[in-house]
Amino acid sequence: MKSSRTFFFLSISAFSIIGMLSACSSVKPYQKSKLNDADMILSARKAQKFEQSFQLYREGASGANGGKSGGGCGCN
Amino acid sequence: MRKIYLHVLFMYFGILSTYAQTRPEPAKVDSSKYQSRKLKIDEINLVSAYYHQDGNNSAVTGGIGTEKLSDFANTIDLQMSKFNKRGKKNTFIFELGVDHYTSASSDKIDPSTISSASSADTRIYPSLNWTHSNEETGNSFGFTGSYSTEFDYQSMGAAFNLTRLSKDKNTQFDFKLQAFLDQWTVILPIELRTGNTGRGGEQYDTAPRNSFSASFSLSQVINQKFQASLILEPSYQKGLLATKYQRDYFTDGSMRSETLPDKRYKLPIGLRMNYFLDDRFVIRTFYRYYMDNWGIRAHTAELEIPVKINPFFSISPFYRYNNQVGTKYFAPYGQHQASEQYFTSDYDLSTLSSDFYGAGIRFAPPKGVFGWQRLNMLELRYGHYSRSTSLVSNIVSLNLKFK
Repeated sequence: MKSSRTFFFLSISAFSIIGMLSACSSVKPYQKSKLNDADMILSARKAQKFEQSFQLYREGASGANGGKSGGGCGCN
Repeated sequence: MRKIYLHVLFMYFGILSTYAQTRPEPAKVDSSKYQSRKLKIDEINLVSAYYHQDGNNSAVTGGIGTEKLSDFANTIDLQMSKFNKRGKKNTFIFELGVDHYTSASSDKIDPSTISSASSADTRIYPSLNWTHSNEETGNSFGFTGSYSTEFDYQSMGAAFNLTRLSKDKNTQFDFKLQAFLDQWTVILPIELRTGNTGRGGEQYDTAPRNSFSASFSLSQVINQKFQASLILEPSYQKGLLATKYQRDYFTDGSMRSETLPDKRYKLPIGLRMNYFLDDRFVIRTFYRYYMDNWGIRAHTAELEIPVKINPFFSISPFYRYNNQVGTKYFAPYGQHQASEQYFTSDYDLSTLSSDFYGAGIRFAPPKGVFGWQRLNMLELRYGHYSRSTSLVSNIVSLNLKFK
């Protein structure tokens, strides 16, 4: 059951990539004004740094969000 | 005759002016691509946060008792750059972080003392990154060294990062390798200590904890308003992964120090998608699926909708939901079986769900925040966190960017 769930989510990820790439259109540098907006940045905000830190300690999951995924005790 | 003179004169000036227009000029030096080779400061970021939590499932006391904790965290990062003779850019990012926390449960490690080892502590963590990049292609690589120290924990880190961009700069691939070599002082609960293993000149043993991770990230521009990235970050930890001053109580009434396997494999997969809806709204989304060999499975989803009040001011409400199936080694207070090899009563590793919501404001006027030209941006965020295990917390964060 668990492995089929994992397979399901991996499949969703794979389909997302395929869907993403097939939907792409070539965007010229001068057409990127909206993509270059500060709110469109493809990473967590700097101000989220410590939110990610406490979530890393208070939950079992970590990584793949630009935050820390190892090092430190996280024991407080 | 007079007309002829005038015509000749006009013709002469006409030829002169025409010649003046076509006269070849010496080639001008293109100053638009000039890059200073001096080391200059690109930006300075100050990030501060105050965090406070309360709950009643402390792992130090076996899954019961106060989880009250406060943390005041600060980092400053300084980004500097310099172009070399071949026009390649070298960027240096120096970061220094200082956290100070107080923890009520840590005071229960050794309740006989007025204040035990970790009841209050300060963590200091500097790091330095160097990245070498080609501004024309967007490709880069770099290295990072880091260090972290607190009373019972020291960590040394090293990382390598690589970025490759497609020719049209619409596809970006990022790769990062990280290693942390840590040393942890083994502090047992007072009841389990034998000999002189308390604070005050007595001896503590230390144990290693090493973490290795690789991060693969693919970012793609989908159209003029939509971009996404997919991140895969497998990691491996080895060494002392249990917190030895956390107690576990068994059905037979006995108590032991937390014991967990000395290896942990983690596999998180994240997908981030940002869409610029119209001139006012941006939709930021993040989803992560996580699994590890301790049996934890988690889904995390985040939604943030920045609303642009004007081009320089935005308000961003956000919501984050996390749901996890806990580790197979977890049991609440007094419910562990004496035959178990690994055991923990740390509710951070239990089956739980959590909600985190709040809002942020971002202010970046062209003439500087509060008219101070150098203060380029101010961002303030507040978030409230509640967990199904009854833990609640609040966090306020401030980011100031100077340019």
